[in-house]
Amino acid sequence: MSPLLSLILIPLVTAAFCMAGAAPRRISLFGAGANLLLCLYLIASYNHGISGFQFVSENALYPAYGISFSLGADGLSLVLLLLSTVVTFAAVWVTPKVEKFAGMFYACLLLISAGAIGAFASIDLFFFYAFHELALIPTFLLIGIWGSGERQRIAWKVTLYLAFGSFILLLGLIGLWLSVPEGMRTLDMRLLQQLGYAGMMEPGAAVYLLLLFGFGILIALFPFHTWAPEAYASAPAPAAMLHAGVLKKFGLYGLLRLAVPIFPAEIQQFSHLLLVLLLGNILYVGFVTIAQKRLDLMLGYSSVMHMGYAFLGFVALNQLGLGGMSLMLFAHGLTIAALFALCGEISRRTGTLEFSELGGLAGLAPKLGLLFGFAAMASVGLPGFSTFAGEIMIFFGAFARGAAGSFGWFQTATALALWGVVISAVYMLRAYRRIFWGSRRSAVSDDTADISSGVRWAVILLVALLLVTGFRPGILLHYLNPVFAYLTP
Amino acid sequence: MNPLYLEVFVVLLGIMLLMAEAFSGAGHRRGIAYAAIVGLLGVLAATFVADAGAMNAAAPYARFYHADFLAMFLKQFVLLSTILVLVMSLEYAPTVEENVPSERRGAGLGEFFALPVFACAGLMWMASAVDFIMIFVSLELVTIAFYILVSFLRRREDCLEAGTKYLVLGALSTGFLVYGITWIFGVTGHTNLAAIASALPGLDHAVVPALLFGFGIVLVALSFKIAAAPFQFWVPDVYQGAPTPVTAFLSVASKAAGFVVLLRVLQTFVVVPELQDRIIPLVAILAGATMIFGNLAAIPQSNLKRLLAYSSIAHAGYLLVGVASIGAPFAGSAILFYLAAYLLMTMLAFLVMIIVAQAAGGDELSDFAGLSQRAPHLAFAMLLAMLSLAGLPLTVGFLGKLFIFESAVAQQHYVLAGLGVVTVAAGFYYYLKVVRAMYWQQPADPDAPEIEVGALAKFTIAALCALIIWLGVYPGPLLALLR
Repeated sequence: MSPLLSLILIPLVTAAFCMAGAAPRRISLFGAGANLLLCLYLIASYNHGISGFQFVSENALYPAYGISFSLGADGLSLVLLLLSTVVTFAAVWVTPKVEKFAGMFYACLLLISAGAIGAFASIDLFFFYAFHELALIPTFLLIGIWGSGERQRIAWKVTLYLAFGSFILLLGLIGLWLSVPEGMRTLDMRLLQQLGYAGMMEPGAAVYLLLLFGFGILIALFPFHTWAPEAYASAPAPAAMLHAGVLKKFGLYGLLRLAVPIFPAEIQQFSHLLLVLLLGNILYVGFVTIAQKRLDLMLGYSSVMHMGYAFLGFVALNQLGLGGMSLMLFAHGLTIAALFALCGEISRRTGTLEFSELGGLAGLAPKLGLLFGFAAMASVGLPGFSTFAGEIMIFFGAFARGAAGSFGWFQTATALALWGVVISAVYMLRAYRRIFWGSRRSAVSDDTADISSGVRWAVILLVALLLVTGFRPGILLHYLNPVFAYLTP
Repeated sequence: MNPLYLEVFVVLLGIMLLMAEAFSGAGHRRGIAYAAIVGLLGVLAATFVADAGAMNAAAPYARFYHADFLAMFLKQFVLLSTILVLVMSLEYAPTVEENVPSERRGAGLGEFFALPVFACAGLMWMASAVDFIMIFVSLELVTIAFYILVSFLRRREDCLEAGTKYLVLGALSTGFLVYGITWIFGVTGHTNLAAIASALPGLDHAVVPALLFGFGIVLVALSFKIAAAPFQFWVPDVYQGAPTPVTAFLSVASKAAGFVVLLRVLQTFVVVPELQDRIIPLVAILAGATMIFGNLAAIPQSNLKRLLAYSSIAHAGYLLVGVASIGAPFAGSAILFYLAAYLLMTMLAFLVMIIVAQAAGGDELSDFAGLSQRAPHLAFAMLLAMLSLAGLPLTVGFLGKLFIFESAVAQQHYVLAGLGVVTVAAGFYYYLKVVRAMYWQQPADPDAPEIEVGALAKFTIAALCALIIWLGVYPGPLLALLR
C-alpha cells in the first residue's frame, strides 16, 4: 500500500474505531501520533534529487473522464502534510474531557484531518476536491453539537458558505476540464500543469474567476469572510485548530497548484482587483479585529486578516512571493492552532473569554501566560518565528513586482500591507495585556489553575516548530523552492 | 429469449399473486410480497439474458416496441425499484392493516403487494414504447394502478385527499397528452416516433407552429408526470398523503419512466434544427424553474415526507438540465447515471423513514430527533442518504450532479449551471435539517424502546449504503455500461 494512502486511511480507520465504541481518546492519540511519525518518515525519505511528485500511486477509475485515484507528494505537499499531522496530533492532545458522544467528537476531528490530508496528497483534482468536502459534515456536527454561543445559526451559516464556495469551485474545475482539448481530457494536476505551460489550454478569465472566488470563499477572502470568525469562535477549540490551522490552507494550496501554472496571464489581468480585496482582508478586517471584545472572535478575525498576506504572496507570482506564501501557510497554521488551544484553555480556567472580565491571569497561571506570549509574538510576526520569514519574503516578493525603480500598484499595496504588522501588534499586545496583566477582574479568582500539562506540551510542540523553522527557514525552503522554481518558469 | 416476454412474465406474476391472495389465509399475506420479490428478481435476472437483438427493426412488433439499451436500462431500473418498494411495503404492512377497513384483519394487504407488480409491467412497457399510442396505453396502465395505490389507506383522510388530487390531475395530464398527440398526428400523419422523425424534415415551413403547439402540449403532459415546475403543484399533497412505499414508487420509477419517454419524444423532434432551437430553450426554462421552485420550497418544510416530495421536484430540475443539454456527448449517460443515483438514495431515505416512522408514530422531522442515540445505524443510513441527495463528494449523488453540470457547461448553458450551483447550495440547508434532527437534538422520549428492523430491510439498507459509497468512489463500471 502506498504510504500516502496509509496517511489517509489511518485517521479514517481510527475514526471508525471511535464510532464503534473503542476508548476514543487513547486510540485517537495513537492514530494521530502514528500518522505524524509516518509523515516524518516520508519527509525523511523524500528524494531531493528528483523534481516533481514522489510516492506516486495511480488507479485509473474512469479513463474516459480522466478520473483516477492518484496520490503523490512533492515538497509543497509534504510541508502541508506535516502541518496537517502536527496540528491533528496537537488538536487531539488538547481535547478536554468530552461531555457527550465522545466517540463521535474524536471521529469528527479525525475525519476533518483525513479530508485535509487526502486533499494535500491527491494529484487528481476530483479527489483533491472530494477529500476537502469530506470535512464539511464533521464541521457542521462539531459546531452544531459541541459549539458555544449561537452554535445552531453559525453551523448553518458556515455549512452553506462552504457548500456554496465548493460548488462555485466545482464549476471552475468543470470549466478547466472542458478547456483541455478533447481526447486529452484529464484531471491530473501534473498533466494540467504541462498543458498550461505548453499553452495548449486557454480556459479564459471566467474559469479563473470561478476558481479564485470558489477558493476565495473557502479561504475567507474579503468580502466573503464573515463565516470564518464566527465559526472559529463557536467551534470547540480542537475543531477551530484543525479548521483554521489546516483546512483553510486547502484553498491557497489549490490556487498555487492550479492558478499559478495555468492562469499566469489572468492572475496579472485581475491583480488590481485582488490587491484591493486583500487590502480589505489586511486593513479592514485588521481594524475589525482591534475592535473585538472577545478573545475567540479576535483570534478568528486575526486568522482572516493573515490570509491577506498569503494572497499578496500569491498575486506577486514570483518565486520569492510564492515561497513566502507557502512558508506563511505552514507558520500561520501552527500559530493559530497554538492560539486556539490556549484560548480553549483560558475559557476552561476562567469560564469566559470577554476581555472585560479577564485580567491579571499571569500571576496565577504563569506558564499559560508565557506560552500565550510566545504564540502571540509568533502571530505578530516577530523575527525568530517562521511567520516572520514568510511575511518578509512575501513583502519582498510583492515589492519587487513591476519595472525596477517604479512605484505602482504592487508597491503601494505592499506599503499599505506593512501597516498590517502594526495592526496585529496592536490587537495582540492589547489582548495579552488585558488578559494577563493588570488587576484581576471578575472571572479570575485565587483558585484559577495554571495550564494543564496536556495542553502545555501540545502548545510547546507547536511553538518549538515555529521557532526551529523561524531560525532555520531553509529547512522548509529546501523542500519548497524546487516546487516554485518549477511552477514559475 | 425475446424481451417481449419480460412484461408477459410480470403480468402473469401479478395475476398469480392475486389468485394466491384470494385463496390464502389471512396469516399468509406477507408470503405474497416475498413471492413477488422472488418473481421480480427472476425477471430482473432474465433481462440480462434477454436477446435484445430479437427486437430489431425487422421484427413484427418493432413499430411500437423497442428493446434498445435505453429500454433495457429502464426495465432493470423499474424492476429494481419495484422490488425495493415491496421491501418497504413489508415494513409498512402494519399501517396498511390498521387503515384499510375490513371484517378480517389484513384483508387489503394482498392487493397492496400485487398492484405494484402491475404498475411495474406498465412502466416496463413505457420503457419500450416508441409509438404515441403505445406510450399512451402503457402510461394509462401505470396511472390506473397508481390511482388505487395512492388512496389505499381508506381510513385516512389525507390519503383519500391525495388519491382525489392524483386522480383529477392524472386525468388532466392524460387529456393534455392525447390532445398533443392528435396535433402531431394531424400534421405528420404518424404516431410512430421514427416515422415522425423521418417525416419532419420534409414538412412545409407553415406547419411548424402547429407542430410546436402539439409538442408543447405533450411536454406539458409529461411535465405533470415528472413533476416539473410549473406543473408540480400536485406533488407535495399527493406524496405526503399516499402510503409511503407508493410515494417512493411514484417519485422514483414513475418519474424515471416519464424521463425516458421525454427523451424519446425529444430525440424525435430535435432532428430538425429549426425545431431544436425552439424546443431546447423551452426545456431549459422548465429546468431552471423546477430547480428554483423545488429547492426553495423545500427549505421551510417540517415534515420529512413533504420535504422529500419537494426534493424530488428539485432533482427533476437537475435531470431536466441534463435533458436540455442533450447535444453534449455525455448527456445521455449523465441522465441515466443521475437516475440510478436518484434511485439508490431516494429509496434508502424512504426505507429508513418508513421504519422510523412506524416506531416513532409519525414522519415529522421532530419524530427523528435524537435518532443517532436511539438507532445509530439507521441514523447513519439516513445521514448517508441525505448527504448523497445534497450532493456531497464520495457519494453517488455528487457524481450525478457533476456529470449533469459538465454536460450543461459543455453545451454552454451557463445560466443553468450557475442556477444549479446556487440551488444545490440551498439544498444543503434542508437536507442537513434532517441531519440536525437526528444528531443535534435530543430524543423526545429517552426511554423509547429500540427500533426493530426486519432482516430483509436490514440487508437492503446495508446494500443501498454500500452502493451509494461504492459508486460514489468507483463509478467506472456503471459509467462504462451507460455509454
